[in-house]
Parts: sequence; C-alpha cells; structure tokens
Amino acid sequence: MATQRINIRTAILTWGPLLLLSLLLLLAPLLLSDFRLSMLAKFLTYAIVAVGLDLLWGYSGMLSLGQGLFFALGAYAMGMYLKLEASGSKLPDFMVWSGLDTLPLFWEPFRSPVVAILAAVIIPAVMAGMIGFLVFRSRIQGVYFSIITQALTMIVGLLFVGQQPYTGGTNGITNLSTIFGFALADHHTKVGLYLITVVVLALVYLTGRWIIGSRLGRLLVAMRDDENRVRFLGYNPVLLKTLVFALAGGMAGIAGALFIAQVGIISPSAMGVVLSIEMVVWVALGGRATLIGPIVGAILVNWAKSSLSEGFPNIWQYFLGALFVGVVLLFPDGLAGIVRQVGQSWRARSGARESVALPEPHPS
Amino acid sequence: MAQAGSILSVHGATVSFDGFKALDGLDFTIAYGELRFLIGPNGAGKTTLLDIITGKTRPDHGEIVFDGRPGAQRWTEHRRVRAGIGRKFQTPAIFPSLTVAENLEAAIGFRDRVLTLLRAASTAERGMIDTTLSQIGLGQRAEVRAGLLSHGEKQWLEIGMLLIQQPKLMLLDEPVAGMTRRERDRTGELLQQIAQDRSVLVVEHDMDFVRRFAHTVTVLHTGKLLCEGPVEAVQSDPRVIEVYLGPGRNQGEKKGVAHAAN
Repeated sequence: MATQRINIRTAILTWGPLLLLSLLLLLAPLLLSDFRLSMLAKFLTYAIVAVGLDLLWGYSGMLSLGQGLFFALGAYAMGMYLKLEASGSKLPDFMVWSGLDTLPLFWEPFRSPVVAILAAVIIPAVMAGMIGFLVFRSRIQGVYFSIITQALTMIVGLLFVGQQPYTGGTNGITNLSTIFGFALADHHTKVGLYLITVVVLALVYLTGRWIIGSRLGRLLVAMRDDENRVRFLGYNPVLLKTLVFALAGGMAGIAGALFIAQVGIISPSAMGVVLSIEMVVWVALGGRATLIGPIVGAILVNWAKSSLSEGFPNIWQYFLGALFVGVVLLFPDGLAGIVRQVGQSWRARSGARESVALPEPHPS
Repeated sequence: MAQAGSILSVHGATVSFDGFKALDGLDFTIAYGELRFLIGPNGAGKTTLLDIITGKTRPDHGEIVFDGRPGAQRWTEHRRVRAGIGRKFQTPAIFPSLTVAENLEAAIGFRDRVLTLLRAASTAERGMIDTTLSQIGLGQRAEVRAGLLSHGEKQWLEIGMLLIQQPKLMLLDEPVAGMTRRERDRTGELLQQIAQDRSVLVVEHDMDFVRRFAHTVTVLHTGKLLCEGPVEAVQSDPRVIEVYLGPGRNQGEKKGVAHAAN
C-alpha cells in the first residue's frame, strides 16, 4: 500500500507539471482573446527553440549564441511562401521597390507550401550541420564556439540587410495575408495555428526526452563532462556534436516557420545579438538540462517582458534585468531547480511519515 | 612488417616538445596476452609512449604496428579504440554527472553508428553492464552518481568502462596511485584477471606493487629503452639503479630503488 502510494506520488511529481502545462495550453484558446492567444503562440515558438538549445547547451555543454540565425532562416523560408501567396500573381512589393521585374529563381520553389515547410526545417538543420562539422572538427570548444556562432549570426544578418531585392532588407518579410488560403487575421486560423504550435512543441519535447533517455543522451552528458574521454572511449565527438547542433538548428527552424505564420513579420533583427542571448536566458532561467524548464522559462520570461513593458513603458528593462540577475545568483538551477528542491523536501517529509507507519509490513 | 606474436610494436618513435625529446627513437614491443609493467623516473617518456599509442600525441618519426596492421600512428583516436586499444588515464577520467551504470552504458556502444545510439541499451547490453559491475566490485553502487565515488572506486569504474569494450590491448596509467593498501590488492587481482584474456600494459611508480604483480618490466629513461626483463633482474641492473639514484652509487643501495621510484 505504502509503496503504491509512493509510486503514485513519484508519477505525479514527474508527469504532473507536464500534464498541467499541456492542459493549460490546450484550454488557452477558450480563455484568451485573439490578441493574447497570438502572443502566447509566439512564446511557444520561442519555447521550441529553447528545447533545442537545452539539448545543445544544458545537456551537451555547447553554448550556441546563434540560435537566432536558424530561427530566422526557418522564418524566412516560410515567409517566402507566405509572401508569394499574399502577392498573388504580382511580384512581392519589396522587389518592385528595389527595381526587380522578375521573381528571382530561388524564390520559385517557395510557391509550394510543402517545399517551404520542408525548407524551413532542412535549411537551418543542414546549415547548422555544416557549421558544426567545420567548427567541431577543428576542436573549437567552449567560449570560442559561442563567439563563432554569434559572429556567424551577425554576418548572415548583415547579408540579409544588404540583399534587399531578395530578402526585403531591413524591413524583412511582412504584409502577409493568408496561409494555405486561410486569412491570417481570422479567429479560426489563429486558433488552428496555435494548436499546431502546441502539437509541434509537444513533439519537439518528446524528441528531446527520447534522445536524453537513449545511449546518445548519456554520451551528450559525457561530452559535457569530458569530451576527450569520450574520444578515447572510441566515439567521434565531431559527429555526435554535429548531429545535436543540426537537430537544435532544425528545431529553431520549425519554430521560426510557426513564428512568422502567427506574428506576420520576420526581419534581420531576429539575427541580432539580443534575441540569441535572450534565448540563452530563457533556458538558464527555466533550468538547464531539464527540457521542461526551458519551455516554462521561455513562456514566463516573454510574458514578464510584455506585461512589464505594458505596465512600465520606461523602466521595464530594469525589472527584467533584476529578475535575471536574481535568479542566476540565487537559483543557479533555474525554476526547475526550485521545483525539484520543493519536491524533494515534500518527498522526504512524506517518506519520513511512511517509515513511521512501517511496523506492519505484512498485512494478513 | 609485424613480428609474429606481438600485438603492438613501436619502431623508432621520436616525440619532441620544443627541442626536448620525450621519446628518442624508441623501439617497444608487447606480445599477445602479455601483462607488462612500464617503469622509469619522471620524464622518462612513459606517459608519452601511451599518448602515441592512443593517438593523443602524434610521433615526429616512427611507426606503430597494431595487431598486424601497420601505420597505426596515423589513425584517429576513436579508430584506435575501435581497433581494440583501451586506455585508462592517470587521473580517473569518468563522467561525474552520470551514474555508475550510465558510465558503463556510455562506453558500451562505441562501435555503433550514431543513429543506433538512439535506442536504449538492449537486454544483452544490460547483462554486460551487470557482469562488469560485479567484476569491478561496484554492483551495489550502480545508481550512484560517479562524481560521488571514492577515488579507488572511480579508478575501478574507469577500468570497467574499458573492460566492457573488450579491448585487445589495455593501457593503464598508474592505476593504483592514491589507493589504500586494500584497494591496491584488489586492483592487482583485477589486473591479473583482466590480463588472462588480453594484453595489458601498466605504467606504475609503486615498486612494491610492481614486485607483487609484474612478470616482465620495461624501464624507460630519457625517452629510450633502458632495459627489459623479469622484475628481479631489472631491479638489480646497475643501469636502472643509476638512473633512479644518480651516478656513483654502488650495488649495496639497490634496495633504495623502491623508495626512489615511489
């Protein structure tokens, strides 16, 4: 009896937060206005990026400051399709302004939504894979890896600003109207896209759980501890790291595609320094190497950011800064660390109570 | 090229660091199924020899033939491990964030493709993990985080991580350093048991331990092979006494080798 009760309690502690979160997310369309729902959807796309970054940084110890790049690439791929759909038979407006009179050849395939969706995942994943392979093969680690990813992100951002006829320049891709023929402003489209985002987030999360539970997961943590030892155990860390980097890149890409469909704009500012660093903050605040923590972190930080900026338009950034500093100083394991501590003390207390009740272990 | 009966032969290996020759035209051979001890004063090149065998350092000159396959000095580190060379490092190199069982689990799939690693360990592999756990005496500690183990237990765990990979040649760099007397005895027994199925090369400073468990000993000095043979012969070799105690000492002080080597 007692052990059964402990099992149930462990199950509640393990799956409870997850079920609660899923339930809240699925109920949100009934409770929130369209405006708030779109906002939450945006946060959830960020949460998808955060799960990838957690695999990369939390578990494998590779702090990428370039997830904004892959996020933006995914968003641009999807944005090209949406822009073509919005422009109908005409040339997209920014191309007209920049003096183009025919559609550039590489835009053509993006008339197909299937191509666009696949490209939104594959292009960032392949690009991450190529960057990763070259960087990891040269045994570049730690802070140098972070600097390189950040520099690359900025370079591609500048490239996108400079190529206005093909990318929309500083403004990026905007003025979108429909997706697969449904009006983006319509309530039902918004709810539909929101639910798709929730499902994708769940799939990304489960993929993360699967990897962490596998032997690959052991090796990722092992590489974080001591990469050389992994090499001398007979593995090629270059391949393992490239794989995770590509996977996290692909996750950021899907997130970007969902982002532009719901927010309606992507610009090179997504490839700025700030967003990529904010992504790291979500993971750190939520709790590294927990997968669920970064999801909660991404939602909470962005929710705090928007409500603080609404309430204190002039000084909100100070609150946010104080929050980051406070959490990092006081709770280095993030929110997930706090929950775990509370859970452990709860378990310890109830465990103590049960061992008092133990004197009758053989019920007749 | 390969001499019959030798799992590993190193020919004319030279490694220099900024002009200092850590290895100087060294020739070294170890036979199939042999348990060999490697000794020598600090800077003799013992660890460097292990480094060129495992690929941590590339020799400037020289060739390595492993298991009949020449050119092994050019192989990448992980390829050498897959070919059957396992190494235990001087400081216990285990993964502190993983549990004991998970450390073994991480070691087990080293010949698998990346995507095969995505499945959980199979029943057969679970069995291997359990067998290894009891062999290294950590059966009760399977679920403990490796970072919390005692120094001796960490050393055994690392030996277990090698064992589970069933290498043909196992290199151990000071496996009993920092161990208590009882731990040393257990490690010695474990070594002899391990050496029944494979070649083992042990670098060790502890002469007491060497005397108890070694058959053949190789002495390195300034990157060259000084002498090789049974423990007793090596210990009474005047050249060995000289490099350990300095020139001008006589035979009467040969007992000092043990202390100087510690």
